[in-house]
Amino acid sequence: MIKEPSNKAKFFIQLTLIIGALAMIIPFLWMLLTSGKTQAESTAIPPQIFPEKFQWKNYSNVWDALPFVSFYWNTGVMIAGRVLFSTLFSAMAAFAVAKLEFPGKNIFFMLVLTQMMIPAQIFITPQYLLVQKLGLLDTTIALIIPGIVSAFGTFLLRQFFLQLPDDMMEAAKIDGANIGQIFFKVYLPLARSGLVSLSVFTALFAYKDLMWPLIANISQDKMSLSAGITTLQGQFTTNYPELMAGSVISIIPMVILYIIFQKQFIEGIANTGGK
Amino acid sequence: MNSQSETKSQKVSYKNKEKRSMMFWGWALIAPTLIGLLVLNIIPMIQTLVMSFQNVSTFGESTWVHFDNYIRMIGDPKVWQSLKNTLLYGLVQVPITVILSTIAAVLVNQKIKGVQVYRVIYFLPMIAAPAAVAMVWRWMYNSEYGLINTFLKFLGFSGNIEWLYNPNVVLWSLIIVGIWSSVGYNMILLLSGLQEIPTTYYEAADLDGAGPIRQFFSITLPLLTPQLFFVLVTSIISAFQVFDLIYVMFDDTNIALSHVESLAYLFYDHTFVLDDKGYGAAIVIVLVILIMMVTVIQLVGQKKWVNYD
Repeated sequence: MIKEPSNKAKFFIQLTLIIGALAMIIPFLWMLLTSGKTQAESTAIPPQIFPEKFQWKNYSNVWDALPFVSFYWNTGVMIAGRVLFSTLFSAMAAFAVAKLEFPGKNIFFMLVLTQMMIPAQIFITPQYLLVQKLGLLDTTIALIIPGIVSAFGTFLLRQFFLQLPDDMMEAAKIDGANIGQIFFKVYLPLARSGLVSLSVFTALFAYKDLMWPLIANISQDKMSLSAGITTLQGQFTTNYPELMAGSVISIIPMVILYIIFQKQFIEGIANTGGK
Repeated sequence: MNSQSETKSQKVSYKNKEKRSMMFWGWALIAPTLIGLLVLNIIPMIQTLVMSFQNVSTFGESTWVHFDNYIRMIGDPKVWQSLKNTLLYGLVQVPITVILSTIAAVLVNQKIKGVQVYRVIYFLPMIAAPAAVAMVWRWMYNSEYGLINTFLKFLGFSGNIEWLYNPNVVLWSLIIVGIWSSVGYNMILLLSGLQEIPTTYYEAADLDGAGPIRQFFSITLPLLTPQLFFVLVTSIISAFQVFDLIYVMFDDTNIALSHVESLAYLFYDHTFVLDDKGYGAAIVIVLVILIMMVTVIQLVGQKKWVNYD
């Protein structure tokens, strides 16, 4: 760590950081405050900051209008499916690329790098047609499909496996373990921090994904949260208190998870960057 | 046969067995990812390229139209406008975001009270679904009752900016939200780079009497270049794909939409709303070429400014 700054410097740093923090947090506060107002209060001039009486009714109206339980369920399944499959598959492939020698390895790794460099929109129409052919459009499973494997995950975990020593492999071989056992019992547990990073990253971006959920599932009860709340605007047009109540309902689970696991979130994301 | 050659042949067969076992496990372990990448990414990539030379009907029948989709793009003012919007968005949003993220990362890396809390708060926009973010900004941008115009009036400005409907303003409204959403994320990525810089460098600089600004430019910035490069490349890639915020902040009936829509938005619109998949594919190919070009330029250019110890 760097030495402590002087008192004067501390003051200016705090001031700058507080202004930044306000800029980050005001939209969320405004969302929360608006969600408790009557429509008249939300459009009062001069503006009224606090609602006279917090209008829980806005929440119950929105909750009744949209199938939020389905949104949560679909999002949960999407996140769980993508995290589980892509983390396991990426770890397997990453271990093979980092620790084994076999023909075809380099071509495979080239494919991984190619996929990483190319923007996702190029895949999306054929993926849509594929899922359509499988008869899986408009199902919760459809939300998982594009995220079953992860080139980025393979690349990221390869870095973690490369840092682990090779001699554990020889030691385990002498004990009679095969490569599969060595991977699952020796190396996989040691890559734990990498697995956590990838899981956080995958979960966060699955939750934020919008274009795929929007096109794959058009029945409201099959939508993810992210896509589902875009339909709010169609129903409540400019009723901002209710739109904001819907927004609060949609972000609250992730915000709670974030506050509980802030360390894992922040360290997890920090480990995914350019090393 | 003497015993020496026997052990040798045993050794060879053991080596072969080991080689075969490695090959088996190598292929077995990459199999799921390999199949997934082929089915979900590599083949679709080729299919999109093929589709860009076709006219695809609603029922999935396709006919070859040679370069018609591309020729049509050249004469389509919406394509040119969205190309301009995409470039302008990327070229303004990315540098500002990277500069602000760097400043934020340096400040939350200081020994002062509350840095943990600041880190958590700055990352908060990343946690919210883009639709929720876009909706609250839409509300704050409301020209009559919005928080932003109200605040501008309070400061003594006229405060009647049409953030969401003035064709000259809409792209800037989008840029502001884009910056707000991504500063915290990039700050965290840069912070992990800052924490790897050895403290001894700063101690030596202190002894030499270098002030904090001098230290920032001669130690921090050069040693942070690998992370800065990563953040720059990934930020440009994602900025050029901007879609979510536009989709939620601007209705398809908004007359200013054409001044804010990106190539990714235009792709979505043609492919899934207007059901013209061939033309959509051609648009996405242009977007991909644009992103690849910018990425390659950066990869080549990095030698000039990135320090890898």
